[in-house]
Amino acid sequence: MPPLAEITQLIVFGVLALAVVVGALGVVMLPNIVYAAFLLGGVFLSVAGLYLMLNASFIAAAQILIYVGAVNVLILFAIMLVNKKEAMGASPGVGLRRVLSTGVCIGLFALLLRVAFSTPWATPGPAAIGEDAVIRLGEHFFSDYLLPFELASVLLLMAMIGAIVLARRDVLATDIGTGESVDQGLIEKARTPLLMEKP
Amino acid sequence: MSSIDIPLEAYLTIAAALFCIGVWGLINSRNAVRVLMSIELMLNGVNINLMAFSSYLDGTEIRGQVYAIFVITVAAAEAAVGLAILLSLYRNRDTVDMERFNLLRW
Repeated sequence: MPPLAEITQLIVFGVLALAVVVGALGVVMLPNIVYAAFLLGGVFLSVAGLYLMLNASFIAAAQILIYVGAVNVLILFAIMLVNKKEAMGASPGVGLRRVLSTGVCIGLFALLLRVAFSTPWATPGPAAIGEDAVIRLGEHFFSDYLLPFELASVLLLMAMIGAIVLARRDVLATDIGTGESVDQGLIEKARTPLLMEKP
Repeated sequence: MSSIDIPLEAYLTIAAALFCIGVWGLINSRNAVRVLMSIELMLNGVNINLMAFSSYLDGTEIRGQVYAIFVITVAAAEAAVGLAILLSLYRNRDTVDMERFNLLRW
């Protein structure tokens, strides 16, 4: 009879794995995209639970804060902003594409499984340091991973400014030809025939 | 000590399943928001791989966790910029159907 802790660990792992796989299938297959977005939040939470089982409490907290708190809310906002009931018209070759992509994905999955199970992993490795992981992470960030850490902050700044520039309408710009200031919304309206699909 | 009785391959299997589901959704989604969700699924699959290797094979120097932090950072930036592009496209084309975003197609 194995000890109670190991049984608990196995049960928790099974539940989390089931939630991740079923939730991900729901995300890509459910017709209602709002349900898909909420299921995506469930998948993120389950992945955070898996991180907790892998001795990474800090990353689990970061996963919940960033993915569930920021990315998922952002996706929900995008769904509400572009919420337009439109019938996606039939497109040629959708059925063939679905069959082919299912085959490719199953093949990729089989390949990954074969690699995972045929490679002689060097387990067990060194014992996990557990709760000292946060200290070790900080040491990494400020010694041998200092340059990527600083570059990540620059990347976040660029993404923030880029998102603002892309999403705002009232960008003040100067017309090259006439020299007078023009409005981004007016430009979009004026060029609608160019951007719209030809009938 | 902990997480010894669950083999490493179990985590790798979950990560592979998550990644393949993400690829399938990326190819087959008509809605552009769902394409972004599929990309997030794929990034999460990669992160599970990194964390599993970090815990099982690299328990003292947890370099996998460092990489996972960077992946999460890039994923957050990608989501913000991707949704901004999506909003801009929606204002110009008045649709989120991937089949109709063909302005740059030859």
